[in-house]
Amino acid sequence: MFEKFREWYEKRHEYAREWKEKTGGKVLGYFCTYVPEEILYAADVLPVRILGSHEIQSVTEPHIFAMYCPFCRDCLAQGLQGRYDYLDGIMIAQSCLHIRQAYTSWDLHIPVDFSYYLNMPHKVQSPHSIPFLKGELEEFKKAVEEWVGKKITNEDLDKGIEIMNKNRRLMKQIYEFRKQDNPPLTGTEALAMVISSQMVDKREHNQELERVLKELPNRKLERDPGVRLMHIGSVNDHFDFMERVEQLGATFVIDEQCTGTRYFWNETPQKEDRLEAIAERYVKRPPCPSKDWEERTRLQHVLDLAKEYKVQGALLLQQKFCDPHELDIPAIRELFENNGIRTYHLEFDITVPWGQFRTRVEAFLEMLQEELLYG
Amino acid sequence: MVKVREPGNYPSERLKCWNEAKALRRKYYEDYVKAHERGGIRWAGGAWTLSAIPEGLGDDVYPLTSEPYGATIAYFKEFALKCQEAVEKAGYIRDLCSYMRNYWGSIILDKFILADGTIIDEFPAPDFIWQDHICCSHAKWYQVVRELEAKKGKEIPFYCIDVGVGSYKQINERRINYVVRQIEDGIKWLEKVTGRDYDDDRLIQAIYNECKSTALWSEICTYNRAIPAPLDEKSMYSLYVLGTLMKSKKECVEFYEKLLAEVKDRVERGIAAVPTERLRLITDTQPPWGFLQIFRYMEKFGAVSIGSLYTFGLIGVWEVKEDGRWGPPVPPQDRGIEFKDREEALKFYVEWNLKYKPEWQHFYHPKLKSEMMIRIVKEWNVDAVLLHYNRGCEGLSLGIAENRLALIKEGIPVLPFEGNMGDEREFDLPRTQAAIDMFMESLGLKKLTE
Repeated sequence: MFEKFREWYEKRHEYAREWKEKTGGKVLGYFCTYVPEEILYAADVLPVRILGSHEIQSVTEPHIFAMYCPFCRDCLAQGLQGRYDYLDGIMIAQSCLHIRQAYTSWDLHIPVDFSYYLNMPHKVQSPHSIPFLKGELEEFKKAVEEWVGKKITNEDLDKGIEIMNKNRRLMKQIYEFRKQDNPPLTGTEALAMVISSQMVDKREHNQELERVLKELPNRKLERDPGVRLMHIGSVNDHFDFMERVEQLGATFVIDEQCTGTRYFWNETPQKEDRLEAIAERYVKRPPCPSKDWEERTRLQHVLDLAKEYKVQGALLLQQKFCDPHELDIPAIRELFENNGIRTYHLEFDITVPWGQFRTRVEAFLEMLQEELLYG
Repeated sequence: MVKVREPGNYPSERLKCWNEAKALRRKYYEDYVKAHERGGIRWAGGAWTLSAIPEGLGDDVYPLTSEPYGATIAYFKEFALKCQEAVEKAGYIRDLCSYMRNYWGSIILDKFILADGTIIDEFPAPDFIWQDHICCSHAKWYQVVRELEAKKGKEIPFYCIDVGVGSYKQINERRINYVVRQIEDGIKWLEKVTGRDYDDDRLIQAIYNECKSTALWSEICTYNRAIPAPLDEKSMYSLYVLGTLMKSKKECVEFYEKLLAEVKDRVERGIAAVPTERLRLITDTQPPWGFLQIFRYMEKFGAVSIGSLYTFGLIGVWEVKEDGRWGPPVPPQDRGIEFKDREEALKFYVEWNLKYKPEWQHFYHPKLKSEMMIRIVKEWNVDAVLLHYNRGCEGLSLGIAENRLALIKEGIPVLPFEGNMGDEREFDLPRTQAAIDMFMESLGLKKLTE
């Protein structure tokens, strides 16, 4: 039922090339989920998230110092190896320092027609961040209009907002099924669904989501769901890891990551001023830890998700050297433990050392199972 | 190719104001510790924080800036290690900013270290935190500080301003206003958390002070264009640091005025920081504070680091002057500007910081930093560059590999070396010295002395 999503993810480059050929449109690669895709859809541009390939590489050594996260280096490696040669443009919305380097090195060494750094505010808790972002979006919109050679009207923006919101709404509806005692989809399938939405035309993705939504109520997985797990972290497209953990007697029932709920959890509100509405959506979305200050609003949100989805244990998946997440992990761990939810922390690199991880995850699951049995 | 010069034989003498710099730094930490005894206020924030703002609360308001404190700990390696181990034991990951870990460790251990290495019991918690944010660690640093202090039963109010609004090329009124509005909210917040009335006259004086002290520091650095250089970078660390501690205080302005006069005099008399100067270097990012002897090691070759974008620009402010070279912008009081009210003063102050601070630019793109480094190489007669790939600071190491490529493209010899400004476990002294040996050899230089 979820095969199409996985196929889209695995053949993302072929998909984008075909899309370009079919539509004659432009494709833009983006580096962070704070990019306002609404405006790109309004301009008939296909936004695709740039992700790595989990292969050992050395091409980024001259460009990014090795103390920055493997994800940003893996992303840049894709560009340097020519795998995104179909891109017409690239952009980033100001987020963590690490991924910024992938963008700036790409900007320096891989020429494209359009390159844009959007000054997404850091202090999303400030009342001034929405008007500030609105101003930034006005400038961005103008830049896109110049690039594509057409004016973006309110109707265009409505179209972009609706495409994005529908996608968010449908995925959230599918996530509802994960609350069931025996969820009709695995965490690996949910991951494929969300991540593919970041790289295919969302109108097509929405059709597939609607099909899945019709069939999902009748789906029953012939497997013991085992321990209900949550995974928390930054970017995660480690399908091998997800599948293997779920084969050990567990199911990921919810996540809090930017290839998951953080990407789609809230919608753009309806407002006369469309850019203000878009700004509000990105300022109020579940925050990346790099933007979650002075108060820690993210923690309560993560805990609420865990409770809502009846989570029994949480895996904290941390990209090596990812400072913003490293700065949240001790606080999450403490909060979860205080609320009776066990956590286990795993540090990820470009490839997954499954031999080690298997032993560690098995031990964690055994501990949880024992606690569930004996209280 | 660098032209090998004969070793210099310049006169040299100790800086006359050296002891005053040390005394000011010592007094700064002591003032912070004793603030409450005098009925004053203690506050904490980063070296880049908009420190003129809390000055509006009174003359008895004493800050503790975080990075210099982390560096002070780093210099005293034994205490630093204890801090780092305490932080790791508390569950924080080892690759985080090493200043931040040193600072947290000091809180966890409940020990405070003074500038001379004296360790006193009980970390003096601030009454409030006033921070700004451009690096991912800035605001999060104090989020954790607040949590660590809360575990000791102390609730510390925390306010942080987002200054990440774009590079100097992008600055416009709308972006300035975003920062100004946050400060205006912050001033109301300061009144609320301290219970004091805010004095705009004091604010305006502090802004004048900060603009003056940061411009004075830049002017001092311009004199290092002279051959021989009147200052070496290792000594400059003890001088620029005052700007990171107290840039909006009048003591800082007065000290930099004295220093400027002395540096001018040194240049006029041909006084060298290093008598054998024959190769001029710049470095980049914070040095490994526990191993400053690498600078003395380079001097054995007649090589002197005359500064860096870091020492010139962490606190210094720069613009392109009429002659096409870099120099300090003119402070408002020297332009005859008298601020009418708070808003006008804040707008000027924000623009001053956003437009003229070189070390805020690479957060948007490494090419901006590469341009500035190449400018320094050309204008300061620099022969080669040492790049500290600093594992301790994700903010200032950002884009450093691209800076290396850009410098090489310009034909500038570059030696990258890996280390950590605050965690000695990640710095290998013999290996770094061996790398310096090879680099000097590649430039045609042999040791003058053993």
